[in-house]
Amino acid sequence: MTQASAPPLLALRGVHKSFGAVHALTDVELEIRSGEVVAVMGDSGAGKSTLVKVIAGVEPADAGAFRWKGRPVDLARPHHTRDLGIAAVYQDSALCHNLDVVGNLFLGSEIRRLGVLDEGTMGRRTRSLLDSLPVQIPDVRAPVASLSSDQLQIVSVARALLGEPELLLLDEPTQALDTRQVSNLLDLVERLRDDGLGVLLISHTMGDIKAVADRVAVLRLGRNNGVFDVNTTPHEQIISAITGATDHAVSQRTANREEYGP
Amino acid sequence: MSAPTPSHSSGLGDRMRQLRAQGVRGYLAAWRRRQLTEGLGPAPAVLALLLIWTVFQILDSNFLSPRNLSNLSVDIVGLGLIATGLVFVLLLGEIDLSVGAASGLSAALFAVLNVRHGMSEPLAVLCAVAAACAAGALHGYIFARLGVPAFAVTLAAALAWNGLMAALLGGSGTLSFDDEGLVAKLTSHHFGHPAAAYSLAALATGLYFLAARRRSRAQRASGTQSSSVGEIAARTAALGLIAFAAAAVLNQYQGLPLAFLLFLLIVAGLDYVLRRTAYGRQVYALGGSVEVARRAGLNVAAVRVSVFAVSGTLAALGGLFLASRTSTVGLSSAPVILLISAIAAAVIGGTSLFGGRGRTWSALLGILVIQSIASGMALLGIPAAIQLVITAGVLLIAVIADSLARHARLTHTPGADQDRYPSGAGGRLGSGTQ
Ligand SMILES: Nc1ncnc2c1ncn2[C@@H]1O[C@H](COP(=O)(O)OP(=O)(O)O)[C@@H](O)[C@H]1O
Ligand SMILES: [Mg+2]
Repeated sequence: MTQASAPPLLALRGVHKSFGAVHALTDVELEIRSGEVVAVMGDSGAGKSTLVKVIAGVEPADAGAFRWKGRPVDLARPHHTRDLGIAAVYQDSALCHNLDVVGNLFLGSEIRRLGVLDEGTMGRRTRSLLDSLPVQIPDVRAPVASLSSDQLQIVSVARALLGEPELLLLDEPTQALDTRQVSNLLDLVERLRDDGLGVLLISHTMGDIKAVADRVAVLRLGRNNGVFDVNTTPHEQIISAITGATDHAVSQRTANREEYGP
Repeated sequence: MSAPTPSHSSGLGDRMRQLRAQGVRGYLAAWRRRQLTEGLGPAPAVLALLLIWTVFQILDSNFLSPRNLSNLSVDIVGLGLIATGLVFVLLLGEIDLSVGAASGLSAALFAVLNVRHGMSEPLAVLCAVAAACAAGALHGYIFARLGVPAFAVTLAAALAWNGLMAALLGGSGTLSFDDEGLVAKLTSHHFGHPAAAYSLAALATGLYFLAARRRSRAQRASGTQSSSVGEIAARTAALGLIAFAAAAVLNQYQGLPLAFLLFLLIVAGLDYVLRRTAYGRQVYALGGSVEVARRAGLNVAAVRVSVFAVSGTLAALGGLFLASRTSTVGLSSAPVILLISAIAAAVIGGTSLFGGRGRTWSALLGILVIQSIASGMALLGIPAAIQLVITAGVLLIAVIADSLARHARLTHTPGADQDRYPSGAGGRLGSGTQ
């Protein structure tokens, strides 16, 4: 799908992030290419959500090198990353419950005309974006407090897609959904992948990952613990990397050293 | 977990028909939704106001006299402006306990600059308002940048500004200024020509109609049920009726009071800022969720500082209108009572203490309720001490209603709950491999 020669959409190396005494991420590396779904798995507290926040610029890394399409970049602020083309759906606190759907979608990037909010244009764009997504939102002027959890999830996804990102980060997007809704969402992820987006998908469900992901990167206690090809790796092997039964940190590091060259 | 969703192939037209067909139920649902965005809204305060006016009119037939209503429209302005500034702070889910002291300090600053230092009135007003704006920005800075809780910053500030006011006024504690000057005219001037009040009523009705039509168009553009032409016309007519009745009453006394006109302009202008500009959207967003706002790239600290600056500025304007009534600045008017009344006005009018819900109009409505009670009791000769107890009681009722409404929101709607996902799904690891 992608030529190995093109630089990855996003490459992270040596990422560290601490919250006080907690080392949430230690020397983490990851690559995401356009038109590829990379799953990130790991036990609770492994640092998956922190990784998403670091990439989105809402919790900037303490240390680490980031390359966007081969070019070194700084992911220190939410609007920097948004301007680059990175959008995230967070695990929690995704929306302002007192704003309507339109207000939430455009928060931080409102369309203005003569200094005043252009509600007409924002409403039309919201409508057409939501109509292309797999959950129906009958009323985009409803405050999000009145929506059901699958509708909330799709509004969060719509918010991320609004800026036409090139990299989409999804932190456990299927958690609040039933089986049919999950399959709708995974269909959407495949469609976005086919449109050439890079997608980072966090999930605890091996079924989701088998369905859409190309590679799985495992985090364990804030460190890389292997990157696996979804189609060729038995999932017991992935599970044991998650639980710590096997330690891939060393092999992973050697493999990458070869790839980057001395 | 969630209601079954209709197949998403149904087009825009279908959806509109479906929404219109809901009729009364749809209307009630829309009202309930507004409640979710705007809190309890103005309905309880409007009912309370009607009740209060009826009761006092029965007890004393002078209550609804043009003279008393005209005085009421001027008396509400000082506290009403302070309450309007507080609405901004309450929208963030914060509190500013310094507004009473700040209003007193700026009035004192004006009087001292004007009377003792011979500064011209306009310049002294400008200095007084600028000082309060700077003080508000300072409160906001200490809160936003240094992380001190807003109540603590503004409580300390309240004491400091009150002390500074006493120091400025010196020995006697009171200072009188020119009762024919600019500041005195703020509350004494009336536009006597009947056309003034009627033009304002016509203008307000027209603007309301245009705003309602614009909102309805925006709703249609987003495929949402919009108000019908008939509904907009009916609501415009209702508002027009109230506006022209008020104009007629004011014209029976001295005409349109300048103070009331300025108050309406400020409230309407700030409502426009809050609801139609990106800045206003940011204020509401911060009241909804600071974390979401931060992740959306908003400059949280800047918005917070600006909101406290607005609160300080309006407190200063309110203080000048309060002083204007008597052409005197004195230590006698207790800042705590100003503060409580202003908070009560905002909350009674329908602004939530919990942030994100409310409008500047709630300050106008709430202060009308409070001043009506005060004015009615004064007519009946009830002592001021009892008035305080009653005002406190009304505030308490409003706060309880606000808390209950919030509780209802949190328990009945998934979207109102910020931490909607249970944390730690590690236990599902193995089971998800069907
Ligand atoms: N804002 C924060 N403050 C303090 N500790 C945090 C914060 N965010 C995450 N952590 C800690 O970092 C670790 C990784 O958390 P997280 O990235 O949420 O894990 P995951 O998403 O994989 O379950 C956990 O130990 C968590 O307690
Ligand atoms: Mg997580």
